[in-house]
Amino acid sequence: MIAEIGHFAMILSLGLAVLLSVLPLYGASRNNTMLMNSARPLSWGMFLFLAVSFVILCYAFYTNDFTLQYVASNSNTQLPWYYRITAVWGAHEGSLLLWVLIQAGWTVAVATFSRGMPQESVARVLAVMGLITVGFLLFIIVTSNPFIRTLPFFPVDGRDLNPLLQDPGLIIHPPMLYMGYVGFSVAFSFAIASLMSGRLDTAWARWSRPWTIAAWLFLTLGIALGSWWAYYELGWGGWWFWDPVENASFMPWLAGTALMHSLAVTEKRGTFKAWTVLLALSAFSLSLLGTFLVRSGILVSVHAFASDPARGMFILGFLVFVIGGSLLLFAVKGAAVRVRGNFDLVSRENALLGNNIILIAALVVVLVGTLLPLVHKQIGLGSVSIGAPFFDMLFFWLMIPFSFLLGIGPLIRWKRDNLSKLVKPMIISGAISVGLAGLFVTVLADHFSGTAFVGWMMAIWIISMHGFELYERATHRHSFKKGITKLQRSHWAMMLGHIGLAVTVIGIAMVQNYSIERDVRLAPGESFQLNEYNFYFEGVRDKDGPNYDGYIADFEITKEGKYINTLHAEKRFYTTAKSMMTEAAIDRGVTRDLYIAMGERLDDNKSWAVRIYYKPFVRWIWAGSLIMSIGGALAISDRRYRFRKTAKNDKKLQEQEA
Amino acid sequence: MKRVLLALFATLAFSLTASATIEVYEFETLDQEQQFKDLSNTLRCPKCQNNTIGDSNAELAQDLRQKVYEMTKEGQSEQEIIDYMIARYGNFVTYNPPLTLATAILWVGPFSVIIIGFGLIALRSRKNKSKVAESKQEWDEEKESRLKALLEEDKDGDKQ
Amino acid sequence: MNKKILFIPLIAFMILAMVFATQLVRNQGGDDPTKLESVLIGKTVPEFGLEDLAEPGKLYDQAIFKGEPLLLNVWATWCPTCYAEHSYLNKLAADGVKIIGLNYKDDRNKAVQWLNELGNPYLISLLDSDGMLGLDLGVYGAPETFLIDASGIVRYRHVGDVNDRNWNETLKPMYQALLEEAK
Repeated sequence: MIAEIGHFAMILSLGLAVLLSVLPLYGASRNNTMLMNSARPLSWGMFLFLAVSFVILCYAFYTNDFTLQYVASNSNTQLPWYYRITAVWGAHEGSLLLWVLIQAGWTVAVATFSRGMPQESVARVLAVMGLITVGFLLFIIVTSNPFIRTLPFFPVDGRDLNPLLQDPGLIIHPPMLYMGYVGFSVAFSFAIASLMSGRLDTAWARWSRPWTIAAWLFLTLGIALGSWWAYYELGWGGWWFWDPVENASFMPWLAGTALMHSLAVTEKRGTFKAWTVLLALSAFSLSLLGTFLVRSGILVSVHAFASDPARGMFILGFLVFVIGGSLLLFAVKGAAVRVRGNFDLVSRENALLGNNIILIAALVVVLVGTLLPLVHKQIGLGSVSIGAPFFDMLFFWLMIPFSFLLGIGPLIRWKRDNLSKLVKPMIISGAISVGLAGLFVTVLADHFSGTAFVGWMMAIWIISMHGFELYERATHRHSFKKGITKLQRSHWAMMLGHIGLAVTVIGIAMVQNYSIERDVRLAPGESFQLNEYNFYFEGVRDKDGPNYDGYIADFEITKEGKYINTLHAEKRFYTTAKSMMTEAAIDRGVTRDLYIAMGERLDDNKSWAVRIYYKPFVRWIWAGSLIMSIGGALAISDRRYRFRKTAKNDKKLQEQEA
Repeated sequence: MKRVLLALFATLAFSLTASATIEVYEFETLDQEQQFKDLSNTLRCPKCQNNTIGDSNAELAQDLRQKVYEMTKEGQSEQEIIDYMIARYGNFVTYNPPLTLATAILWVGPFSVIIIGFGLIALRSRKNKSKVAESKQEWDEEKESRLKALLEEDKDGDKQ
Repeated sequence: MNKKILFIPLIAFMILAMVFATQLVRNQGGDDPTKLESVLIGKTVPEFGLEDLAEPGKLYDQAIFKGEPLLLNVWATWCPTCYAEHSYLNKLAADGVKIIGLNYKDDRNKAVQWLNELGNPYLISLLDSDGMLGLDLGVYGAPETFLIDASGIVRYRHVGDVNDRNWNETLKPMYQALLEEAK
């Protein structure tokens, strides 16, 4: 009965979403205040009913209601309660409901935080967001309904959640990703609303920017979490596979990063408008494309849903409507938006534009690399595989000019500058980069790797140039100490964002070039030496859990005699799902991870196959992403975005700008 | 990555183990072991299709690993082994795509984006320069000194 | 910036959408995106030396494929789809279709017993316990059936079970064409 309420709530939400997508839009075109004002309450209604629906689905999982098909396929009485709830988004139907809930959530967020915007714009933006929600709700209700009953027969127990997904990572990673994907729909809606009204002043860029940064921030975290989760959970020590699904998340991120920076230029200088609008449309379009790729069964990926082509057709139709429609609008109305900026070759505008271009080139790499196998086979040329060797190499080459521009960009003035001022910082930074990179590569590793050297160089270049920039900006009119305190949050945000990237680059450079992986045979009592670390295999013991049987292998690690840690590598056999899982044991460190995964018992019945990894600087990859996200958070919290105008705020703003 | 989880669930039936079988292969030199590892990460499993042969549990992946092991021990080079596999399974079996007319777009695409993009930047600034040169002619000394006076007045720094 | 340029993103997207639509339609029509095409087509059957399934010690090599067009069926007792296709193979053999069986990565005794119980449609049964001939043939999953012409050249590889529909639609015409060729 309760599930039916959930089902009904979903349908009600659809009704409200339909009203939301039609009424305010009509009101905006007719200047009907009442209709335009309906946007906010309609958004809230749409959201609240959807929230009810979602909570009810959670409840169904919590109470083990196996009369619901979706619950029966994804849960189990023996599953701990917290995994029962997160199993809600463990498969296609429920994850879509989460997606659409988050979509409604962003809609009400825009409805709430848009007081400073003209009513007409708010009405249009909310209407577009409502339209997107309509699309998703229709898809759910028609093809992927989580509330379908299994009655009159229902299973006594469910199929269980895939053991791989029974992990804290599952709790937070998908919602983060979705917050990011869906968040880009805000910039998308702003762009559409502006194209519709024909008015694209810099105010549009100003409003869009914090929303875009917020979405970007979540997506960064989501992707980093996924990478981190895969690293410790999947047992092969990798952190990125260039799988189509991963690529589907990376493409909106690249577009979003380009968009973020392009918005900065449009806001400040009023130029790049058409390009920024196109980026805004693209970021969300890529999110939608990702959804399509993953849920239509069109790409070969273990990560894709086992979906039928009919569902794929529905999503494709939705895509054609939304993306095709938005691009058509852009093609027809975009010309009105064009502004020819007036800036020199050497200007910050061009530096930002340059890196925008490189980001788009990277996007093309990922897009073509992901889709070419499909097209190649379709036109009869046979199968071809495109994976890490290709992507790694292209990204390496693209990073080089990208980091270079990233370093000099903040030092170049807007509109017009000359390179001569930059020569000194560039030469010094260049020297420091080469010197330190060489130093680190020789000291931190046992052999020289060219690619690692280049990686370090790029990272140190970025950090060094930003150091110069910091000094220059702080000492502009005050002493360094005083000047630093006067720097705005947005400036710190920029620094953190870029330095975070440098940190990630270091992590990648080290891990890709200096990882060591050894598969060894060890019997209890034996030990293995990896560089300066000694791994002593203590033994194996039984350890069972609520829904699995397992055993644990203990390893004592010492470094040159000194005790470091004892690691417990596990193997679990999940009884319902009938699958075997390896839980790797990791000794975390700032400069290295030591990683052990257990294989099988070997023929002699005494020794085991054990995989031991040495992963240098791997944590830097995610630390860098975290730093980037903090930068994003700082950017949003900048004083400029506090809309409440009080005298105090005004005064502070004036002081800061002075 | 969310998709990973979701999809992994969906393929519950044949996703039997979370990680690859860890087997012990013994080599004489570290170079050989490195080559084996590299190939294990470059060759794609034709059966499970979304893992390298190093990460896959399929029997076929095991067979391929065994073959790579034997060929490496015999002293065959990485390229020779890859060619051997391609001769049997086609280009699908390597994650490193060959350079053919059809796959050329993989490199040509991003490269063109960069060339065209930066080219447009260069062109645009040249156009701007001629525009600026035009407008300069309307300038003269009087205006120049007035401008100077104005600028001297308020040294407003570059705001962010 | 020309006005027409603004249409490029739309056009690019529509092309992409058509690619997707085509693929979806094909998938709906039964296309399997995981299917791999064989690179052995047009090449001679690889060299091999394998034992007879029932008689250990009795060896065969690639010469058995010369002389007349043959089907080469890759199967195993651990493969459920092979079980499903087996009765149809029996029927084909009874109709005079010449099939050679390749027992792939299997247990000899189990395989022999299987054939005894379910019938033996094969002219010759080869035992490929380590799967190396399978590897040379590019086998990636059982069952697979190859069409080999009279000169011992691989002409076609069919993945999945052989059933009434695909036999009549695809394989039979090819087999008959090969028979014609051989005359």
